Amino acid sequence: MPNSRFPTQLPDSTPAGGEEEMISPAPTAPVTPPAPVGSSNSADGDILARAQAGDHHAFAQLYSLHKRRIYSLCLRMVGNVAEAEDLTQEAFLQLHRKIATFRGDSAFSTWLHRLAVNVVLMQLRKKGLSLISLDEAMDPTPDEGPGRSFGAPDLTLTGAIDRLALERAVNDLPTGYRLIFILHDVEGYEHNEIASMLDCSIGNSKSQLHKARLKLRDALRAQASEETRP
Amino acid sequence: MTEDPKSLSCADFQAQLPDLIGAGENVAIHPHVLSCELCRALLADLETIAEAARQLFPSVEPPEDLWEHIESALQHEEDRSDLK
Repeated sequence: MPNSRFPTQLPDSTPAGGEEEMISPAPTAPVTPPAPVGSSNSADGDILARAQAGDHHAFAQLYSLHKRRIYSLCLRMVGNVAEAEDLTQEAFLQLHRKIATFRGDSAFSTWLHRLAVNVVLMQLRKKGLSLISLDEAMDPTPDEGPGRSFGAPDLTLTGAIDRLALERAVNDLPTGYRLIFILHDVEGYEHNEIASMLDCSIGNSKSQLHKARLKLRDALRAQASEETRP
Repeated sequence: MTEDPKSLSCADFQAQLPDLIGAGENVAIHPHVLSCELCRALLADLETIAEAARQLFPSVEPPEDLWEHIESALQHEEDRSDLK
């Protein structure tokens, strides 16, 4: 690009401080909110300060540091590669517009993560998911609702969940359920944060998460039944 | 009218579960759960799913050309603002 102020070559994409994998903590550990990256690291802090001052090379470095995390977040939330790419782009464009407003009240990575979540939610609103009437949007019809478990406990999941099968089941969830499940169980947001993001009550967030997990259980049990059928 | 929680059927209890959880109740110590193996198994399954969720969707790299698109869009935004 002629006369571009932006570096065409990205800096080394390996973060100096080590971007954490999105693999969550050990199963026994409590789920924690998105972990901060870099704000405590003086080198990353310097990159951030330069990006805030309009240094485009520093902004490219920020992209390299955070692209994996933000793209992965978008992909989890929408379950579609092309949309995730568009949303990642939009998240970094928003970051470029707003970076000067970051005051360090939270870790930069937490702030950016939240900004990206909001970008995704805004896109979903545009596509017709009304987060104002989230109850209706997330409550499926009775036929689609999670099943109940009145028969004998012939199949329990404990200790036997296939990760890929669960990922497929999550991707098949209705949008509202998937959002709650991803934000809480995968990304580690608390119910009060989700309620704020989705403009719903904390109780609603909790009950919808329960329904999402029920629906996943149904899907996994159905799949297991298929596999054991002669 | 208050219903004896222990006399709840599984169907009734499970129908109430989302509301109980939404209200912040610790359903693990609900009288029905304490006396019902089936509903304990249900809750254990849901907990297993929640724990498994932490290992889901390993992070992935975006396509390499995504930065070029972002860079181009940033340049476009700057050009537009220069014109104003």
